[in-house]
Amino acid sequence: MSSRDSILAAVLKNQPPISALPDISMFKVPESDLRGKYIDMFNEIGGFAYAVESMDDIKSRIKAGFDTEKRVISTLPALSDIAEFCSSSVDPHSFEDVELAIIEGRLAVAENGAVWLTEEVMGQRIIPYISQHLAVIVRESDIVSTMHDAYARIASEDYGFGGFIGGPSKTADIEQALVLGAHGPLSMTVYIIK
Amino acid sequence: MKSTLDHAALAEEFNKDEERVDWHDGALWWIRQKRDRSAHRTPQWEELRETASAIKANVISNLHDYLIQFESNLKKNGVNVYWAADADEHNQIVYNILKAKNINQMVKSKSMLTEECHLNEYLAERGIDVINSDLGEYIQQIDNEPPSHIVLPCIHKRKEEIGELFHEHLGTEKGLSDPTLLTRVARKHLRNVFLTRRAALTGVNFAVAETGEYVVCTNEGNADMGAHLSEVQIASMGLEKLVPERKHLGVFLRLLARSAIGQPITIYSSHFRKPRPGQEMHLILVDKGRSALMARPDFRESLKCIKCGGCMNTCPVYRKSGGLSYHNTISGPIGAILAPNLDMKQHADLPFASTLCGSCSNVCPVKIPIHDQLYKWRQEIVKQGYSASRKTFSMKAMALTLSSPEMYKAAGKTGRWILNHAPFAINNKLNPWYKQRDMPDSPKQSFGEWYAKNGPKRVDN
Repeated sequence: MSSRDSILAAVLKNQPPISALPDISMFKVPESDLRGKYIDMFNEIGGFAYAVESMDDIKSRIKAGFDTEKRVISTLPALSDIAEFCSSSVDPHSFEDVELAIIEGRLAVAENGAVWLTEEVMGQRIIPYISQHLAVIVRESDIVSTMHDAYARIASEDYGFGGFIGGPSKTADIEQALVLGAHGPLSMTVYIIK
Repeated sequence: MKSTLDHAALAEEFNKDEERVDWHDGALWWIRQKRDRSAHRTPQWEELRETASAIKANVISNLHDYLIQFESNLKKNGVNVYWAADADEHNQIVYNILKAKNINQMVKSKSMLTEECHLNEYLAERGIDVINSDLGEYIQQIDNEPPSHIVLPCIHKRKEEIGELFHEHLGTEKGLSDPTLLTRVARKHLRNVFLTRRAALTGVNFAVAETGEYVVCTNEGNADMGAHLSEVQIASMGLEKLVPERKHLGVFLRLLARSAIGQPITIYSSHFRKPRPGQEMHLILVDKGRSALMARPDFRESLKCIKCGGCMNTCPVYRKSGGLSYHNTISGPIGAILAPNLDMKQHADLPFASTLCGSCSNVCPVKIPIHDQLYKWRQEIVKQGYSASRKTFSMKAMALTLSSPEMYKAAGKTGRWILNHAPFAINNKLNPWYKQRDMPDSPKQSFGEWYAKNGPKRVDN
């Protein structure tokens, strides 16, 4: 008998009588001022979140806040004057020298500051992880209250890869001292646009 | 490196450095307090724990069908699926995958399962070099030590010791111990590792039967750096990591990081479903004692564990004895109830490394009754004849004393007399209870004696 069959046989023999799957629809948090809550939470965890008026507003903030002499990439055609458009077919290692990546988030979660990204908006899977700095643009109407609301939105979505990202990469492995910028981005900025 | 010393002996070693013990104790308690603050500001926290526990109960009760559903969805998504009964079979599978592609270097993100399987050693013997990329695990690896905590692998090390290791292995300046500077050095070094490895292995935090995807949670971003730059991506997971549907991830992701370190969510919660074009994706389902644990009704609830480490941070014994004293990959209270299932004789000491205070059960996000299980394992271990002989003898003496009121009274009187007149009979090195403790002043009389003198006088008619 293969390991597969013997493992499955042992599991079937040893599993206890069926225990009902609980309902999870009762987790509801009042949804007021989600933008304010999101910004407070994201700043608390070490990110920078701003409410912005327009794409032009974002562009001028990026020019003021980042070293745009270095390599800046984006998947958003509207930013083509300040960023290189990133191709989805080149070798992912070629993004090693990216200073700043600007991508669009699918949704943002007020309770924990995380944004949800799929590979379609990332351009390539590696981009939000390998860049020295990450900026994400999210529409205000795409802010949800909790993770339950987030999964309600993406429950039947078909993606190859998707991820929640909730701030700059961090570690506290050395004497519990918080250090931002472990292996991923050193900073993360979220722009919330109407 | 297998240790032959038991928890008490290893803890005694750790306790020699009192200042380190106090610091370790304080560092973990600080994390426990962060967990509390985070839990208290989350509405419906207790309902979340209850629900997570019930979802996991459902998974355990229907695991056979969920595994088949998961396997079928993985295949539809283009992922190669393997089944491993034990550590050897798991390691062999990883080796074969790498050998087929002529790969002799791999980068690994945190995976307690592969630590338990001693994968790195197995591959090293066959000419394949593995680098652990989680910073804490990397530090433990260059120091040739296993992780002492499942979430905070080098929590027992001082920054000066880490600076010394970096000086030796990464060529940093002698005496450098600033955490930010050390982290920057590791970032640069490991970035080069990520960029040059063709294969990456990750653990799995959660897997979804309904969609065939698996979720990997990190704060550092190391799992993603490895996986998205690799041409061969391997994931190793224990059978129990499944949840039924994608929406159930919401419950667990709300609990995991809050319970672990008081953070609202891990920075990265990555959902892997299909390989990217040109990439191979492999997933290994590992039993390694899990199906056998399902057959033990008293202990099967420990399969609900989501490896947050919350029980370690709160445990007074763990905080004061250090993770390495548990001589098991998974240390602390949860390790002490998982380990005897794998080898009751080798881990017979672990369920006794507890005060049974119950704090572990109170913080557990999936409500495993950890302290009850510790107590039940003790009974099982004594029944099977694996308990330490000194303990068995004193337990028998105590059972005899407690079973007879006369002997109980006599023993109490003798004990009080000794404490008052000859404390050295107890306060000595032969009594393991006296180590690191002071004996209290003994009362002059027992409650029974006091009550006879001061209680209401019985009137006999």
